[in-house]
Amino acid sequence: MKITGANLLRTLLERQGIHTLAGLPGGAILPFYDALHGSAVRHILARHEQGAGFIAQGMARVTGRAAACVATSGPGATNLLTALADARLDSVPLVAITGQVPLALIGTDAFQEVDTYGLTLPITKHNFLVRHIDELLEVVPLAFQLAESGRPGPVAIDVPKDVQNATTDVPDDAWPEPGRALPPPLCADAPIDALAQQLAAAQRPVLYLGGGVITAGASDLACALAQRLTAPTVCTLMALGAMPPEHPLYMGMLGMHAAQGTNFLLDEADLVLAIGARFDDRATGKVAEFCPRAAIAHIDIDHAEIGKIKTPFLGLVGDAADILRRLLDRLPAQARPAWRARAAELRAAFPLRPPPPAEDPLHPINLCRFLGATLPPDTIVTTDVGQHQMWVAQAYPFRQPRTLLTSGGLGTMGFGLPAAIGAALAAPGRRVICVSGDGSILMNIQELATLAELDLPVALLVCNNAHLGLVRQQQELFYRERYSASHLGAGPEFAALARAFGVRGHRLDPTRDPLAELAAALAQPGPCVIDIPIQATANVYPMVPPGAANRHMIAAPELQPALAHA
Amino acid sequence: MPDPTATTPPRAPSTREECYVLRNIPAAAATAMSEPICNVLRYKPTTVLELRVRNHPGTMSHITGLFARRAFNLEAIVCVPRAGGAESRMLLLVAEEPRLEQVEKQLAKLYDVLAVRHRDDLGPEFFAGLTLATAG
Repeated sequence: MKITGANLLRTLLERQGIHTLAGLPGGAILPFYDALHGSAVRHILARHEQGAGFIAQGMARVTGRAAACVATSGPGATNLLTALADARLDSVPLVAITGQVPLALIGTDAFQEVDTYGLTLPITKHNFLVRHIDELLEVVPLAFQLAESGRPGPVAIDVPKDVQNATTDVPDDAWPEPGRALPPPLCADAPIDALAQQLAAAQRPVLYLGGGVITAGASDLACALAQRLTAPTVCTLMALGAMPPEHPLYMGMLGMHAAQGTNFLLDEADLVLAIGARFDDRATGKVAEFCPRAAIAHIDIDHAEIGKIKTPFLGLVGDAADILRRLLDRLPAQARPAWRARAAELRAAFPLRPPPPAEDPLHPINLCRFLGATLPPDTIVTTDVGQHQMWVAQAYPFRQPRTLLTSGGLGTMGFGLPAAIGAALAAPGRRVICVSGDGSILMNIQELATLAELDLPVALLVCNNAHLGLVRQQQELFYRERYSASHLGAGPEFAALARAFGVRGHRLDPTRDPLAELAAALAQPGPCVIDIPIQATANVYPMVPPGAANRHMIAAPELQPALAHA
Repeated sequence: MPDPTATTPPRAPSTREECYVLRNIPAAAATAMSEPICNVLRYKPTTVLELRVRNHPGTMSHITGLFARRAFNLEAIVCVPRAGGAESRMLLLVAEEPRLEQVEKQLAKLYDVLAVRHRDDLGPEFFAGLTLATAG
C-alpha cells in the first residue's frame, strides 16, 4: 500500500491506541495535520505548545500509558521543552512529535529551524531525528516502547517536512507491532531473602514510598507490607495517594514540608526501605544527616538510582509490585507494639496547625480539608507549584493512586490547568480540580480557551494572595524580609477573566460564608474558575531551611488572630 | 612529585597511588604531547572504558552530553566503526573517581549504548601514543 510519511505517522499512532492527541499546528507539521483531517484521532488544540505537552502529561499521569503531543518546528518545539523536561524528572511516559524543516534545509538557519534533536537530547529518555520515511516504521513503535519500559519517560521524534511528504510502499504484512513496555528486569531471590531477614530483624523499620510505587501499581502491596511489618510509612510528594491517610501507619509526606513528627520518626528508624524513590533533596534534606541511625535498603526499577545519593546495604533492581509480592511471601506478621505506639505518638504530637475554620475558613489547609470532605474520593487534583501545592500535599486526603497530579521534580508553574484538561479527557465522568495560585495560573492561562471549547468538568481554584507566595515566604524567613520581586501588583480579576474566556467565574467573599459559596460553585456542571482570596502572610509550616537536616524544622509560630483579608 | 614538564617517564609505579603515572611512553610521544595533556595523563588516576554503541548521527552527542551534564571530564576518546558500520566501539579515558560508577550506570541506560566495560588492559599510554598523530 502506497502511503505518505504523514499518513504513515498517523496510522502508526492509531495502531498504538492513541485516540487523543494534544498539539498546535504550524508550517513544518502541516502534512501531518492534513493527515489528521477526517481521521478518528481526536486532536485537542492547545493554545500554546507547553499546554499541549502538559495536556498529554495529564492523560499519561492518569492512565499510566504513554500519551502523545505534537508541535511544529522552531518555537513550537522550544515551547514543548518544559513539558518534556518535567516528564523526564517525574518519569512520565510521553511521546512528543515535532515537525522539522526539510532535510535539505537542516543546518541552513531556515525559517523556524532549531536543533530540536540537540535541545531534546538531555531532557528526554531518548530522541530521534527521522531521516527517511521508512524509519518511521521502526521509530514510532520504538518510541512508545522506550517511553513505557522500565522507568517511564518522554521520547521525542523530530520529523522533517519532506519526510512527512515522501511516499513509501508498506505491504500489509510489513506493519510493525505496536510498541509496548518490555518486561521489567527480574530481581533474583537472594536479595529478597536477605531483605526479608533484615526487615524481620529490624526493631524500628520505616517504609519510604516514592512515585515508583504508583507507577508500578504497587500501592496496595506497599500498604500490605507496612501492615505485615508494622512499619510506619512515609511518602514523597509523588507517592501521595499510595496509602490512604486514615491508615494507622501512615505518616504523611517526608522532607521539607513534612509534619515534624514524620521527620523525627525517620531520625529514630533503624531500617528504612525506599521503594521507587530517588532520595530527592526536598525529601532528604541534608543527605549526610538523613536517617542517621538507619540501614537503607532500596528497591527501584532503575539500576542507576541504587546508590546514586545514599549507599544502601541492599539494592534490589526490578518491578516494585513483583518484589513486594515475593517479599510478602517470605514475611510473617510482626507486631512491634512499641514502635507502632511511638509513631502514633509522634503523629499526634505534631499536627498541622491552621487557624480555626470559623476564624479563617479560607486558610488553604482548611480549604483543602473542606474539599477533601466534599469531593468524591476518586476526584483528580492537579496543582501548580508553590505554597498552594504544599498545602494540598499536607492537607488534602489523597486516598487513591493517581489522584494527585503535580510537578514534583521540575516544579513547573503552569502545570496545573493543562494537566487538569488532560486528566478530564483521560478520565471521563470523574471530577477534576486544579488548585493553583495567582502566580502560577498566569503561566498557562491561555488554556482556559481550550477548557471552554472542550467544556470539561474542571474546576480551577486560584489561591490568591497577590504574591509569589513561596518566594515571599523564603524572603521573609531567610532574606531578612527583604521582599524582592515577590509581590504581584495589579493582578487580574480572575472571575472576570474566566468569563472573558467563556468559563463560569466566581470570587469568594471571606465575610459571607465562603465555603457554602464554594460548594455551590462546585455543584454546578461544567468548567469554572473560583478566585479564593487568602492571606498574603500565611506561610507553609513546618519548613526545613534549604540545605539543612530535616530535624531542623521551622515550626509554625504561635497562631495570631486572623488578620483582615486584603 | 616528578617534574610535570619532564620528557622522560618517571620510575616504574610501585604503589596504588602511583598506578596512574605515565608508563611505557616512547620518549618521542611524550615530547610531542602538548603540556596540558601530558599533565592530565601523568597526574590523574584514570581508567579506560569501552563502549559498544549503535553507529548513527547523534550517538556521540548522547555520550559526550552525558559526561558534560554531569561535569565529568572526558580526558581522551577514540571511536571506530565495527560490525560493518552498524556499530562502533569507543574507548574513553576517564578519571578514576567515585562518581564514575554513576556515570557508567547512566551510560548503560542510553538506548544507543549496547555495552559498557572496563579495559583494565589499556592505560593512558594507549592514548598518549595517539598524540603523535595530533602533534605539531
